[in-house]
Amino acid sequence: MKQVFSRPASLKDVQTHFCPGCHHGTIHRLVAEAMDEFGIRDRTIGCASVGCSVFLYGYFDIDVVESPHGRAPAVATGVKRARPDTIVFTYQGDGDLAAIGTSEIIHAANRGEDITVIFVNNTTYGMTGGQMAPTTMPGQKTSTSPYGRDIKNDGAPFKMAELLSNLDGVAYSARVAVNSPKNVIQAKKAVKTAFRYQLEGRGFSFIEALAACPTNWGMNPLPANQRVGDEMIPYFPLGTYKNTENL
Amino acid sequence: MSERLFIKGNEAVAMAAIEAGVRCYFGYPITPQSDIPEYLSRELPKTGGTFIQVESEIGAINMVLGASAAGVRAMTSSSGPGISLKQEGISYMAGSELPGVIVDIMRAGPGLGGIDASQADYFQATRGGGHGGYRIIVLAPGSVQEMYDLTMLAFDLSDQWRIPALVLADSVLGQMKESLVANPRPKADLPPKEWAVRGRGEGMQQNIVKSLYLGDGEMEKFHWKMHARYQELAEKECRWEEVQTADAELIVTAFGSTARIASTAVAMAREAGMKVGLLRPITLFPFPKQAYAALSEHCKHFLDIELSTGQMVDDVRLSVARDADVAFYGRPPGAGSLPTPEELFEQIRKVYP
Amino acid sequence: MRHDVFIAGYGGQGVLLAGNLLSYAALHENLNVSFFPAYGVEKRGGAAMCTVIISAGDTGSPVVGNPSVSVLLNQLSFDKYAARVKRGGMCVVNSTLVNTDHAELPGIELIRVPMNQIAIDLGDVRMVNMVACGAYAALTGVLPSLALHEALKKALPERNHALIPANIRAINTGAAVALEQRKS
Repeated sequence: MKQVFSRPASLKDVQTHFCPGCHHGTIHRLVAEAMDEFGIRDRTIGCASVGCSVFLYGYFDIDVVESPHGRAPAVATGVKRARPDTIVFTYQGDGDLAAIGTSEIIHAANRGEDITVIFVNNTTYGMTGGQMAPTTMPGQKTSTSPYGRDIKNDGAPFKMAELLSNLDGVAYSARVAVNSPKNVIQAKKAVKTAFRYQLEGRGFSFIEALAACPTNWGMNPLPANQRVGDEMIPYFPLGTYKNTENL
Repeated sequence: MSERLFIKGNEAVAMAAIEAGVRCYFGYPITPQSDIPEYLSRELPKTGGTFIQVESEIGAINMVLGASAAGVRAMTSSSGPGISLKQEGISYMAGSELPGVIVDIMRAGPGLGGIDASQADYFQATRGGGHGGYRIIVLAPGSVQEMYDLTMLAFDLSDQWRIPALVLADSVLGQMKESLVANPRPKADLPPKEWAVRGRGEGMQQNIVKSLYLGDGEMEKFHWKMHARYQELAEKECRWEEVQTADAELIVTAFGSTARIASTAVAMAREAGMKVGLLRPITLFPFPKQAYAALSEHCKHFLDIELSTGQMVDDVRLSVARDADVAFYGRPPGAGSLPTPEELFEQIRKVYP
Repeated sequence: MRHDVFIAGYGGQGVLLAGNLLSYAALHENLNVSFFPAYGVEKRGGAAMCTVIISAGDTGSPVVGNPSVSVLLNQLSFDKYAARVKRGGMCVVNSTLVNTDHAELPGIELIRVPMNQIAIDLGDVRMVNMVACGAYAALTGVLPSLALHEALKKALPERNHALIPANIRAINTGAAVALEQRKS
């Protein structure tokens, strides 16, 4: 019998700690598939961040550096500058990248560092228990916005894919989702493009992946998946915001 | 012998870093250390190295973390306000057992303070500075020559022990110019960096650089392991200088620029017929307790002098014999208020037995 | 032997360059040297001062409370620092700008050299620091004038090397006038 589906070689044969219905697993898989398809696992270095994605080294069979909260783009800069022949990516959540790490992400992007950033936007702080994130949606209730996010008090959610696309150092910026087979296929394409751009030395590539966090949203997996399509995508439109393919 | 150069202490640090094979420098401008990034921005790229003026001190230390994790020699430099910001990264480096060199040209504080020479960051440097309970190697040069020599030593010690190393100087040492012989440091016999991330390679083990320990007893084990390492470091790597201590009835002790000023005061005391010696710790962590213990067997009077209200004096008091007396003279930083040798000589006269 | 000299003036008088020149001259003589600068927050017009220690052995403290020689280029530094000179020491002042009439400096040899005037007569007031260095070297005998001439090559940036002959004249004139002043 011919095997048509298997675990990517870049992923370890282990169970993840992710909650049922969490999208991290799918996004991990897309990154691993890209590594497999480009044959770059043996020269890829991952920069883990603080949050649910901290266990990157537990799931990816690659060298990994753990970064302080928000600092993964700076750590990745150090790694890449020290070893320009490697492929370097960060994997960061929304609190990490768009709150405490805004300075590091914007400046790494602006320098056009030859790294790939995988940014998982699930509108909440997952690891610490569902507090308000910089991407929490207007009116969304969290453990630190019990009355719903109030734009007047908290500002509006960050749209990072759009924001970074304005910087000259950015070669590629796209927002994807993994809530449907169609979107997964699109997301896979985008992730591969991001890594290909790094392989081609084009500069900074950025993927914002919308993701469900059923546990902290207080939802079951299916309705949480549904929310990504119904609420998040209209507010955070999918698409490519910067592409230097033909430049 | 190499040619004698005439350069600033800060430039000596930068030259030494290049001689030591630094591949990456990440920094942010702050007085009184900006000569270091200025020099390296000019010279490091010529050696194929990377210089980045980073958006923040926090970004800079985390780039050092990344480059060091990738197995190359990396450094940053700053002064008090910037060193405070770097503590996060230094703690993570300590927790990840990463080497790396940090140069701290101390200025007055707390807060924005001022640009005058200060030694009030002794505690911050020698107690770890960040969260979690760790120590870093702290070297205190006393001359431009030592700014050069100890910066190179910092790279070697840091690599050898997998502990971040800090060169602790002040604006006097950073800004003054002296003759320097830029002798290359003999190549140290250092262990290969098998732990570094470089891409796992075909069939090789995955390398992970991290400081998160959630497993049963893992964190505790880490702490005891590092504790043992710090103790071994203290046994093997303490460095200090003694001047005329053999027959001394009073030993003056100070580090860095203050020790330089004190050395002339001690010479004045000797001229006046007083038996006074000088003990200058060169490693502040590990602190050369054994030197104080040994000297205080015979000499029962010490005078500790610092550009602060007294920090190292605590370590001195913990190190001397119980019946030894440690007097203190402090000159916290202030515009134009460096102590003079004449002033320190007066203090020696006051406490001389 | 260990010699210390304190030089002060206002920013723009070339105080730090003077200190550098003496330092390079000391190096040329194979001596050890320590040069400790200090200047005001504003780079031009503020107070500028430096201490130079020249020694065959250890230079010791880079800071000196009571210098054996002070070279003071303006009134402010004279008023502030002249009295700090060690008893038996020497104070060399720029008499073009410094009024010493009411100064009481017991035990300190006061040498008045019209440094600005000499520099102006030689074509450029900016050479006042060179005049001062020449005066210091001649009065103390710590450094031969040839060492100062050689030191110019290192103390001056290459783009200013065309000015070396003029600077040598300033050094020599400063030396000659200072020695005459001491005699009188």
